[in-house]
Amino acid sequence: METTDTLLSLQNISKDFYGNVVLQDVCFDVRRGEIIGLVGENGAGKTTLMRILFGMNVIRETGGYRGKVCIDGQEVHFQSPFDALDAGIGMAHQEFSLIPGFTTTENIVLNRESMRPTVFNDVFGDRMSVLDRPLMKQRAAATIAKLGVNLDPDTLVSEMPVGHKQFTEIAREINREKTRILVLDEPTAVLTETEAEVLIQALRKLAASGIAIIFISHRLHEVIEVADRVVVLRDGVIVKDTPTEGVTVRDIASWMVGRQVSVERAEEEVRSFTEDIFSVSRLWVDMPGETVKDMNFTVKKGEIFGIGGLAGQGKLGIPNGIMGLFPAGGEVRLHGKPVPLNQPRLALEMGMAFVSEDRRGVGLLLEESLEWNIAFTAMQIQDKYLRPVLGGLFKIRDEAAMRDLTLGYIDILNIKCTSPSQKAVELSGGNQQKICLAKSFAIAPDLLFVSEPTRGIDIGAKRLVLDALYKYNRELGMTIVMVSSELEELRSICDRVAIVDEGRITGILPPTAKLEAFGLLMTGERVSQTSKGSADA
Amino acid sequence: MRSLKAFGAEFGWPRIIIFLFLVALFFAAPTVGVRVDASLSDVFNRFGQNALFVLALVPMIQSGCGLNFGLSLGIIAGLLGATLSVQFGLHGAVGFFGAIVLASPFAMLFGWLYGKLLNKVKGEEMTIAMYVGFASVMFMCIMWLLLPYSAPDMIWGYAGKGLRTTISVENYWIHILNNFGVVAWGPFFRFPTGEILFVAFAAFLMWLFLRTKTGTAMTAVGSNPDYARASGISVDKMRIISVMISTMLGAAGIIVYQQSFGFIQLYGAPLAMPFTAIAAILIGGASVNKANMLNVVVGAFLFQGLLTMTPSVINSALQTDMSEVVRIIVSNGIIIYALTRKTKVTK
Repeated sequence: METTDTLLSLQNISKDFYGNVVLQDVCFDVRRGEIIGLVGENGAGKTTLMRILFGMNVIRETGGYRGKVCIDGQEVHFQSPFDALDAGIGMAHQEFSLIPGFTTTENIVLNRESMRPTVFNDVFGDRMSVLDRPLMKQRAAATIAKLGVNLDPDTLVSEMPVGHKQFTEIAREINREKTRILVLDEPTAVLTETEAEVLIQALRKLAASGIAIIFISHRLHEVIEVADRVVVLRDGVIVKDTPTEGVTVRDIASWMVGRQVSVERAEEEVRSFTEDIFSVSRLWVDMPGETVKDMNFTVKKGEIFGIGGLAGQGKLGIPNGIMGLFPAGGEVRLHGKPVPLNQPRLALEMGMAFVSEDRRGVGLLLEESLEWNIAFTAMQIQDKYLRPVLGGLFKIRDEAAMRDLTLGYIDILNIKCTSPSQKAVELSGGNQQKICLAKSFAIAPDLLFVSEPTRGIDIGAKRLVLDALYKYNRELGMTIVMVSSELEELRSICDRVAIVDEGRITGILPPTAKLEAFGLLMTGERVSQTSKGSADA
Repeated sequence: MRSLKAFGAEFGWPRIIIFLFLVALFFAAPTVGVRVDASLSDVFNRFGQNALFVLALVPMIQSGCGLNFGLSLGIIAGLLGATLSVQFGLHGAVGFFGAIVLASPFAMLFGWLYGKLLNKVKGEEMTIAMYVGFASVMFMCIMWLLLPYSAPDMIWGYAGKGLRTTISVENYWIHILNNFGVVAWGPFFRFPTGEILFVAFAAFLMWLFLRTKTGTAMTAVGSNPDYARASGISVDKMRIISVMISTMLGAAGIIVYQQSFGFIQLYGAPLAMPFTAIAAILIGGASVNKANMLNVVVGAFLFQGLLTMTPSVINSALQTDMSEVVRIIVSNGIIIYALTRKTKVTK
């Protein structure tokens, strides 16, 4: 931090996806040679922010962004990632974008290879140049030296340990002469502790040479160790922008999960339940990206049981596995009777229902009417909404009953639509979610799984969805298992909250427990600090 | 003007333009010496001949298997039924319905196997289906020679075995539907009442089926298989059912076609039949994964209308006989047009 001049400046960046605000008035500066630690929960807006910085197509296709991105004080408008590269922004991705069959050298200098002219150049132009391998190797070696790591320039990427791939990826970015800003998205996620340590040293070295680094990570202690400044994003707003000196992991954890506009808990009463309705033991679920390893828990009749945790830790695998949508095994019992796994129909027939987190993919028939969407499952599982025709020879859809049902839910859940025959695709995210809830309510389940009920919907609609769940629980005694990444939400309506990490439950806390306790259970700091966290709670 | 635009958007401009073109052809017909009443009669007859093929596409479109380019498989089942009916010497209505009954088990078996295959190639159904159609037609070219048919009306005279390329059903069940309650008007106009009624009945049954629990599930599978699975529906089973229904309707369709046309056509004849049906349903406004009865009726009528009128009017106008060439150009042109216009549906 020899110099204090601003290299990159983000000014009042706002972005919404179809009216759903994901970033709001985000401002921060990055100075030359500075390392910024960017942290936030999943869905806090980190990725979107980086996409804006990179001029990714997806941003433009969804209506662009508001605010200014300035480099060296000049406003820039990147039309594509190439413009961003030209302006000196490099990015090492979470998933490696390396060519497995190429060597370290070839990957590092890819598309910027050193060339040597041949005799054909006179006739056919530069395209006939050949690679100057010694020079390429020299350049690669220089870059690797700049990183200060031990990488063999001649190893094939496919034969490297994962940590070396990460270094190769970073080396490729800094090999670009112009690169002045380096964005690292979860660079340490795949590294061992020692490798992470080496990487952190390398980053320090890079920063000292004047490159600014934006370091995105969930490993908070690393952020504190490497970053000069930490920027905390929460719900698309920067809640903290502070030098890392004196900041603890705990501070960051509570900034990440705390809410300014908190969804308040309606009551402070502690309900007690006696009867077990549902038990899970030794459950495993093979859901890509959300593997459940060894899950054990019991749900009491009439309660709202919350399951939280960071993305990718397996919380979404729980309902998906139990409802038969992904291969699963273990023992699951409802009312003491074993639930057959891997058979969605039997799970539904046992009296369970599921509101999927993948609303548009699994939850809705986008091209069909609301009537169809709401009545379909009840029709198929419980033979409702059918009427006999031709003297009972056939049973066909009872359109009138379906309409009544739909009108009923439109009224109860306050669904905004033009008519019950409107197509589901035309509704907003929040109203689509209400349709998904209505579909599950229509089969009157004993146990309802709700997965990420408020993902991708705006704050007002969130409240309505939560209220609906609350109401069905209190008025009809429906037992609900709610899986959500939004801790505040879980705390606002659940009776107990379990936190999942790496496919297992790391702890079950009452909703009134302190934020840090939850934050620590979630962020992989559990081994050293869990006991302290729960002691506070 | 506004309401005209709304109507256009609702009904689809392509359909309106084709309809107007068809009307223009009818107006042009007398000026080149083509009789309007005979042409109309032809159009109705051909509509009845082909409508079942078009209807056969509906279940697979609804279940998300796409356009049934392998409809030839159903047609082959129908050919087996028809030839067996002749072999057993069944006449009249018994012969016609007997052919359908005899064809059904084959259609069910073929459809079941074909459905199993399509379940293994999800996303590529239409390409695979086309080759299933081609391969099965070619395979049957061998079988028609080898199968031990012996009715003298069907086998080659010189060899005493093997089926002929075209077999007349004149002595068996020709026009059994066409002549049922036929309305004649002048020497040229015949309205094939029985045939149209049969088609209407089949369409009604399909309409009814799509409203049953199973039909609803099938449509949901086509609309969003993941949703259907999460609602406890066996996606593969629904798809197989749809393929079986489609194949069975194809079988019945070719028998209806034969009673009107007068001949059983074997060997390469079923090869191109799926294409005309597909062109018709696409012209009728169906997309690759949504179709209804209106699409079937409008599509079959417009497509067969064009196919009847264009060659005869052009031939008479140019004083040459290019009817087959023109027919091929028109029908394939329409298929190209229709396939390029297929509506994308978000999943």
